[in-house]
Amino acid sequence: MATSAPEPLSAGIEAPGRLRQPKQVIGGAVAALVAGWLIVKAVGNFGGFLNATLLGLTLAGLYFVVASGFTLIFGLMRTINMAHGSLYLLGGYIAFELQEKLFSDNKGGFELSIGQSSGETQYSTIEWLVPLLIAALAMGVLGVLIYQLLLRWNQGQELRQALITIAVIIIAGDQMLAHFGGVAKDIKLPASWPTSVDIPLIGSFGFFRLTIVLGSAILVGLLLWWMIKRTRFGLITRAGVDDRDMVSALGINIPLVFAAAFFIGSLLAGFGGVLGGSMLSLQPGQDSAFLLNSLVVVIIGGMGSLGGAAVGAVALGLVQAYGASYLVFGGTDLTNYSILLTFGLVVAVLAVRPYGLFGRPA
Amino acid sequence: MPEKATADARPILSLKGIGRRFGGLDAVRGVDLEIKPGERRAILGPNGAGKTTLFNLISGEFPPTSGTVHLFGEDVSALPARKRARMGLARTFQTSRLFGGLTVEDNVYLAVLGVRDGHLRPVLNHEDSEMRERAREIATQMGLGEVLDREVAELSHGEQRQLEVAMARATDPKLMLLDEPAAGLSRTERQTLTELLLGLPEDITLVIIEHDMDVALRVATWVTMMYEGQVIAEGTPDEIRANEMVHDLYLGRRHAA
Repeated sequence: MATSAPEPLSAGIEAPGRLRQPKQVIGGAVAALVAGWLIVKAVGNFGGFLNATLLGLTLAGLYFVVASGFTLIFGLMRTINMAHGSLYLLGGYIAFELQEKLFSDNKGGFELSIGQSSGETQYSTIEWLVPLLIAALAMGVLGVLIYQLLLRWNQGQELRQALITIAVIIIAGDQMLAHFGGVAKDIKLPASWPTSVDIPLIGSFGFFRLTIVLGSAILVGLLLWWMIKRTRFGLITRAGVDDRDMVSALGINIPLVFAAAFFIGSLLAGFGGVLGGSMLSLQPGQDSAFLLNSLVVVIIGGMGSLGGAAVGAVALGLVQAYGASYLVFGGTDLTNYSILLTFGLVVAVLAVRPYGLFGRPA
Repeated sequence: MPEKATADARPILSLKGIGRRFGGLDAVRGVDLEIKPGERRAILGPNGAGKTTLFNLISGEFPPTSGTVHLFGEDVSALPARKRARMGLARTFQTSRLFGGLTVEDNVYLAVLGVRDGHLRPVLNHEDSEMRERAREIATQMGLGEVLDREVAELSHGEQRQLEVAMARATDPKLMLLDEPAAGLSRTERQTLTELLLGLPEDITLVIIEHDMDVALRVATWVTMMYEGQVIAEGTPDEIRANEMVHDLYLGRRHAA
């Protein structure tokens, strides 16, 4: 495997030398190098490559659920809801707390600081679903409140709205730290579900990631697609992406439509938080991490485009998974730097398509 | 019909001493204007005369800094644009304001939907097919029957202008404001548009801002001339055509100010 080590490095050296060439040539060269590198890796260990790919795709599923809500709000309102990541994390924490408080066997025990070590409770499917539904709905309502109380009276002032939602991140982040502590928390999966499934060539792979996360992402994608293509709300949303003021001039109740978009978008953030809290874990800092992930996804895919969010999520998930698996050269472990690949991806996409893969100028 | 008689007596739109200031600029200064039901009014004036600002005050894009707007006999000075739209006011914009990513039919459909209720209704029902029918009918009347399923971004400039009028028409307005509908059109496109405007139902009151005299003076029955935020002349198209001041303003023999 060490034989392929120089290739990604040469990509870094070669690209600046070609800056005078058309962007597409550089983009193509980088893409070819990356593809070549992946093929070498895949030939070396095909099962491992498939495993990394599947990890990337399941991660992409989570990113898509969160980012689709983000892009829905942005596409319609041209407002970046910076608090989207906070809704993700708070949604997860609320589901965690509900599961502990409502369904834990050793009730009354106040083990917040001890975290997961307490839980020998066997949760049933319903004890996972109820916290999920309540947390997602609560985040939807909170999103509407954020819109009504903080953003509505700053209509059209994007910078002010961005600053207000940044303030929400900071305040919410500290409140969550004070209440839930700094120790990572897991939402417990139902005991009746298998932990892993066996897949040919790959071996054992997480059941929850593969079925629930990926399935939810596909379901969310189909529902949103149906909503956007087949309902009045969807048509208004698509029109709003082109020209929001004109939608209003036609007599359409745009504050109501915005509130609905905020409800759905924030609900998806909360839903993603519960999925993420069950698949990974919940801890301080994930609010900004998921804001960043959502931003990267919609910047790659194009702001306001659902298909773009799907493609962007897959690209981000795969890059992160391959980065985590393959950035080991001989004895040197560079996986800590895999986040650089994420931004390399953003730079590469923006160089070729400034509005993202499926984006249009506003 | 006594109702109609009283309606005729009252102006459909009445502006009293209306003004709008942007920072240090008085875009519109103390304009009085009355439009009677069924009237065809043209508003002329050089660039910067305040015509579009006047439209924005009428349609409610922003509130006036002085004066009042009465629409259909009601004081609407503080109402937002969408509520005025629902009262029966439709307008077009100087630069195209269409939904480029949607089809012609979807654009007109949104205009029909806008003045009705149930914008968030998740499931389509019989009302939707009726609204679609209406949208197709109006688009066809406005000469867009051939391009119903095309994306608006693919249409010619002339067709886009026709679509804007169709969208304004689709809301079944009592009052239509058209802001330079013929701007940028070729001679034949202008003729098509003029015919379409002349073909609008009599009960729709029409106010039109237009630089093209052929279009404006053919469509209008009464003309208001604006200059530097004020009304400087009113009259029939023939009177305006003969007015020397109008000639001066349009042909550039303007006073040094």
